[in-house]
Amino acid sequence: MGKAERRIKVLMTKPGFDGHWRGATVVSMALRDAGMEVIYGGNLTPRAIVQTAIQEDVDVIGLSMLAAGHMRLASEVMHLLQENEVKDVLVLVGGTIPKEDIPELKKMGINAVFLPGTPLDTITNYVRENAGVRRESK
Amino acid sequence: MELAGKILEGDVQAAAKLMRGIEDEVPSAVEELKSIYPYTGRAYIVGVTGAPGAGKSTLVDVLISTFRQRDMTVGVVAIDPTSPFTGGAILGDRVRMQKHSTDSGVFIRSLATRGWTGGLAKAAISIIHVMDAMSKDIILVETVGIGQAEVDVTRLADTSILVLTPRMGDAIQMMKAGVLEAASIIVVNKADKEDAVSYRRQMKNILDMKESPSEWKPPILLTEAISGKGVHEVVEAIFKHKEFLVSSGKLSGKRRDAARLELSQAVEGLIKTCLNDKTNRDRWEKLVDELVSRRTDPCSAAQIVFSTLFPHKPD
Repeated sequence: MGKAERRIKVLMTKPGFDGHWRGATVVSMALRDAGMEVIYGGNLTPRAIVQTAIQEDVDVIGLSMLAAGHMRLASEVMHLLQENEVKDVLVLVGGTIPKEDIPELKKMGINAVFLPGTPLDTITNYVRENAGVRRESK
Repeated sequence: MELAGKILEGDVQAAAKLMRGIEDEVPSAVEELKSIYPYTGRAYIVGVTGAPGAGKSTLVDVLISTFRQRDMTVGVVAIDPTSPFTGGAILGDRVRMQKHSTDSGVFIRSLATRGWTGGLAKAAISIIHVMDAMSKDIILVETVGIGQAEVDVTRLADTSILVLTPRMGDAIQMMKAGVLEAASIIVVNKADKEDAVSYRRQMKNILDMKESPSEWKPPILLTEAISGKGVHEVVEAIFKHKEFLVSSGKLSGKRRDAARLELSQAVEGLIKTCLNDKTNRDRWEKLVDELVSRRTDPCSAAQIVFSTLFPHKPD
């Protein structure tokens, strides 16, 4: 079989009941235009996010959160990833996150937090440089 | 065969990893696939095809629920297009099926076409095999949104459902060759829309004009996938079609055709790999030079390539 190019796979979600869709849409399309495969998951519970990430074997999970509750939702996702022994996935948070929450999110294992106004290139470059790194070093 | 063994024991993550390897054409994945093949052929495969926005994913969502109510396990392969410009893709089918994501009896996998035409992805058939080895009873294969000619799914599925919506065209459209003649079940979705009943009647009139004694006559069913209305009848029609295939002996013929197609695609794949191999590529370019200067013609050049790949010339 010919060797196909490895594509980066991203799961984009809006955890919980957050109705804000513009951020997730804009970032999904930017990642698509950067040559990645983006599974648009929409509103999902943390359990559904982790099960979807497992079934789709993604490299990246995006959590778009603009309605508060991000600490609890992010922590549930990280906890479930650990419980299911999903180790090789990058978890990114985007949205209206108070600056003082960022260190706590990183402590949970969130790899990066992108606030409103972040240039799309910053996000796509970050994903390109960091996605699947741990997977390949195995 | 680390993953294959785990998959047969029911390990979902191992199955997902193998599917990824298949998509990315990792050589070890081919070996794993070889070892699970003997455990496939048990699932019943249902293709769902139709134009973009016709309601395929929403219909699949309700079909999953209906099969689950009957205690059947379900695998779903949902395909969306890859950009020919950037190679990227938005896979937006499973968002309609999210209520099943935490049901352990359901496994959904999104695939991008990655340049493959015909409505499927290159990896689709292999991924169906993995779901089959996972002991899924039913595997639903949702194609990309298609037009008229993309019939690939009808070759690998046991039962094929074509999803249409009212006002998709007149009687001339319905007479045309292609996917319309390959469907085992025709669904007119969004039946709450005006003209659904007359569209169905017109379609039925056209199909009734076709002379096909003892053949399966595709039922034309009205559905409102969003509310689930009419979907029970679709499931009944799937089982009826299965019964027809089994009792008429056509199922084994259909599966034999699918196996033959898969074999020929695998051979084509090997030949393509051979041609792209560095040494062969250089020879190939020399032949291109000769073509350009008209010292040879494409048919003779192809015969030279063929006899290099297969030293014993098949006659």
